[in-house]
Amino acid sequence: MDISLMLTSLPKLLGAAVVTLKLLSLSLLFGIFIGLLFAILRLNKNPFINKFAYGYSYLFRGTPLLVQIFIIYFGLGQVEYFRSTFLWVVFKEPYWCAIIAFALNTGAYTSEILRSAFQTIKPGIIEAGKSLGISNKIIFYKIQIPVAIRQSLPAYGNEIILMMKGTSLASTVTLMDLTGVAKYIISTTFKPIEVFIVAGGIYLFMTFLIHNVIKFLEKKYSF
Amino acid sequence: MELLSFGKTGWGDELFYATLMTIAVSITAMLIGFLFSIIFTPLKLSNNKFLNLIGNTYTTIIRGVPELLVIYLFFFGGSGAIMYVASIFGYYEYIEINAFITGSCAIGIISGAYSTEVFRGAIQSIDKGQFEACKVLGFKKYIYFLKVIMPQMLRLAIPNLSNVWQITLKDTSLISVTGLVEIMRQSYIAAGSTRDPLFFYSFAAILYLMLTFISMKLINRLEFKYSRGF
Repeated sequence: MDISLMLTSLPKLLGAAVVTLKLLSLSLLFGIFIGLLFAILRLNKNPFINKFAYGYSYLFRGTPLLVQIFIIYFGLGQVEYFRSTFLWVVFKEPYWCAIIAFALNTGAYTSEILRSAFQTIKPGIIEAGKSLGISNKIIFYKIQIPVAIRQSLPAYGNEIILMMKGTSLASTVTLMDLTGVAKYIISTTFKPIEVFIVAGGIYLFMTFLIHNVIKFLEKKYSF
Repeated sequence: MELLSFGKTGWGDELFYATLMTIAVSITAMLIGFLFSIIFTPLKLSNNKFLNLIGNTYTTIIRGVPELLVIYLFFFGGSGAIMYVASIFGYYEYIEINAFITGSCAIGIISGAYSTEVFRGAIQSIDKGQFEACKVLGFKKYIYFLKVIMPQMLRLAIPNLSNVWQITLKDTSLISVTGLVEIMRQSYIAAGSTRDPLFFYSFAAILYLMLTFISMKLINRLEFKYSRGF
């Protein structure tokens, strides 16, 4: 056991953990909007819109995240026309490619979580709103969405933790996140166990924090 | 389409064998995972605090650390660990374990943590009366486990095990970083030599979708079989 290596690699790994957290928070931010959008589309009565949203979530949940990142990072750059558009400014950066892939992926899972939350809202709440003469739009924004978000908190907490583990794949597209730096240190020092303990410890600590924040929110917004 | 033809000009046969490799790794990893869950589920359910701690440590660490990091640990540390063990027995030659074994062990340990949780949940949700009835009837311990608890546990566990299978199947794509030629690695090679990454990675996505779709159908049939009478 090489304690001094563990101590010297700790600051490097902590710096990389910041990259991981940035990737995570940005992809979750975009992902929750995508998820909400597709959850609403899933509940649409029109079969085409409905099927489209289902297809989206099936596609992203049925394929590995690695494939999705590779398609976006390596694949899209191949299309000549695409490279001449303004979108290329975003898609040529591995950082944004990774975030887009993560956001689309977590969006698919979030849409499933939110959809099931919308479906389990007690009809009595909506009926109460209607009988009070509140318009459908306000019922949706002020009653259904907050209740659905509260219902989906436990499942969404799991999704955040899964996504945090997913951000490790950013290291495959040259980003130096926590796993990327850990791999670099392992391959230069050939001390996998020590580095694994430190990097794994940081990941576990983040998991622990997320778990407790979600627990706190659940308690705060329980009804 | 000629990119996918079989033979020397296309990548069809290579991708076909790569798909078989993905299936083989997934099944091996799933079985290794079952082996781990057979060991760790009793630990998690035991009344002994120390054994409990061992079981909980395993599932917490594996489920809280990224799969890729575990794979790197096995990839870089696997042969070192084996050589260390061998040196205790007086064998000092260099040992290299192949990518298939390292990969399936790494994924197996991950999948084992998930299936341990599934089995624990399934056993805990079996009615207490079943255990008590067995004790009252004076069954031997292994008989009551095999004949009474197991069948009920399997019925409850199969839907969740199908999720674990899906996770395991998708995790095998990460083994490509160790150089094992499965779908992802083969697409990477093909994309590199034809300069057509969009096509090959999309095709890889279709292959994974096909695998998940077919396995879902098979598992649904199994689920139907085990839930007869309920």
